Amino acid sequence: MPDLRFVIPKQEINCEAFAASAPDFNRRSELMNTDRGFKCRVTNIVQLTELEKLFQLRIVDAAERAIFRFKPGQFVMLELPGYGDVPISISSSSTNHEFLELCIRKAGHVTSALFTIEEGAQVAIRGPFGSSFPMDEMAGNNILLIAGGLGIAPLRAPLFWINEHRDRFLDVNLLYGAKEPSQLLFTWQFEEWEKINHTRLHTIVEHGDAGWKGKTGMITDLFNDISIDVKKSYAIVCGPPIMFKFVCGYLDKLGIPMNRMFISLERRMHCGMGKCCRCMVGSTFTCIDGPVFDYWSVMNLKEAI
Amino acid sequence: MIYKVISKKEFRAFIDALVQSNSSFAPQQVDTDQRGNPLYQFKPVQSVDEIAFDYTATTSSAKHFFLPFREELSHVTFDGESWEQQISYEADPIVLIGLRPCDISALNILDDVLLHGHFPSPYYLAKRKNTFIIGMDHLPLPDCFCKSMNHHTVTTGFNLFCADIGDHYYLSINSSKAFNFLKEFETREPLYEDNCLLTERRKLIQNSFQTEIDVTGLPSMLDIEFDSPVWEKWGEKCLNCGTCAMVCPSCYCYSLTESFDLNLKGASREKRLYSCNLVDFAVVAGGHNFRPKNGDRLKYRYYHQHRGFAENANQQICVGCNRCGRACLPGINPKAVINDLRLEKESCLTCVSSSPSKR
Repeated sequence: MPDLRFVIPKQEINCEAFAASAPDFNRRSELMNTDRGFKCRVTNIVQLTELEKLFQLRIVDAAERAIFRFKPGQFVMLELPGYGDVPISISSSSTNHEFLELCIRKAGHVTSALFTIEEGAQVAIRGPFGSSFPMDEMAGNNILLIAGGLGIAPLRAPLFWINEHRDRFLDVNLLYGAKEPSQLLFTWQFEEWEKINHTRLHTIVEHGDAGWKGKTGMITDLFNDISIDVKKSYAIVCGPPIMFKFVCGYLDKLGIPMNRMFISLERRMHCGMGKCCRCMVGSTFTCIDGPVFDYWSVMNLKEAI
Repeated sequence: MIYKVISKKEFRAFIDALVQSNSSFAPQQVDTDQRGNPLYQFKPVQSVDEIAFDYTATTSSAKHFFLPFREELSHVTFDGESWEQQISYEADPIVLIGLRPCDISALNILDDVLLHGHFPSPYYLAKRKNTFIIGMDHLPLPDCFCKSMNHHTVTTGFNLFCADIGDHYYLSINSSKAFNFLKEFETREPLYEDNCLLTERRKLIQNSFQTEIDVTGLPSMLDIEFDSPVWEKWGEKCLNCGTCAMVCPSCYCYSLTESFDLNLKGASREKRLYSCNLVDFAVVAGGHNFRPKNGDRLKYRYYHQHRGFAENANQQICVGCNRCGRACLPGINPKAVINDLRLEKESCLTCVSSSPSKR
């Protein structure tokens, strides 16, 4: 028989109270959606290419929809119940509070399953996690957006931001490269970006086909087309790791300070909260301190690119 | 902290009362290794007689009471098109008896990561709050190097800590719960002699360490030696089995796995402890591995333990228990690796200093 004098009482962990006890008030909302996902309805699916689809999501609960805010460059953990979760950067406008757009490439277990779902399916998102592009710091400068392949997806959020606050920025150049013309994403928006928003768009492909009238070559060839005012320029670079080396190396030689170049890193992630350590680069968590780093931090991190 | 002294006989009665009334875990001998040395493990106990108080160190650590190998984080129940997610942060109270200072230090380090950092973990907090920890000091094993890591003593993170002073235990009481329990037993205020005995005991422990590792400036050394051939050399031996992380008291990396229930009416999201030495630790979708070589992964483990964590939390993650060294099949142990790194550095110095004489 247990002696009641020596029984250790059970302590309940009430999440609400626990959240309120966190030292900074803002962290409360973060805490609320780290383990529990926001339930989302898939409202639209656009097949961009053979391997990429654009998912438009809407958070089901109106109160949760009101809480959910993100900054350009942040990502969410998208969960398909029963299959797993994947980190996906948000590629819609951060001022669009109704819908969320995620551009997803079919590459693994979860994303393959995601490709089989249809409109109306319900998925969950946790987040938003990670650092963002410092859009306020960039105001008043020329912006150079450089994307390679799927790198255009995370670049769409800052691009939307720039378009919505176009008067705050000087010249905006978007350099976009892909392997083949058929792999260029968001082509239907090119005209809008160029004509309405005065974004100078430069595209290039490695291997052109019969219908391709644009340039062929590597993305660094596009630098010949533009003039860069190194004193008043910020660069946002996103693409495969090999591209960072060439593009940032070129811009560095040109004289753009390292802390004015921002890149978005890709790593394996399981939690998004700096707990599972899967995304660690040297001493830094890609999910907390990144995915957006300035080039100086990246150069300081071992094995980053 | 309140200090008391209790006779060993009375202490056994106290432990017995705790064990009888709560679900308790304490070290027991479970096996012997190939050399005949006993192997210990934390096991559920029903009476004080089952506890091996004089054990050395358990093979795997006490972290598994807080970070189980498999832990369900949430469960989803499907309902037609929709689903509902259930999360529970509950944990039942347990008593852990006989934790070593390094084990408790490791829990304090885990607290730093899982409670005090970004996004505190309620799963861990529930378990930590519902655990009653009784620590005990011990004489180090020949290969323990916790003194070098400054974890051979511990000042916080336990409910009760017992130092062996001959016929008595010198108790450090760190919680009201423990204080109230002890009211039922005969204890006394420490006398001058008891304090002397405690100091002697501490000195004895301090002087019993046979293994030391020089960790001064190790974080920057790891940075400087990032491309050292030492990693390749030790990496060649590594089997990528992940045992080191499994027995480590402060490793906390994990992976998330989701699986459908057998009746297909639900799915559970499970956290499984992982190891950075496993091949697919840093593989991203599309198949690119950010750490493709054995040496890269081994280096990353040392880098995280001694450099990365030191930068983020101002202390090294390693507590110096050498469980990884004992468990490693090909015999990679932290002392040898770190010393190798240091020698590498020293030989560099000699070649630099010898070059002028060649001229």
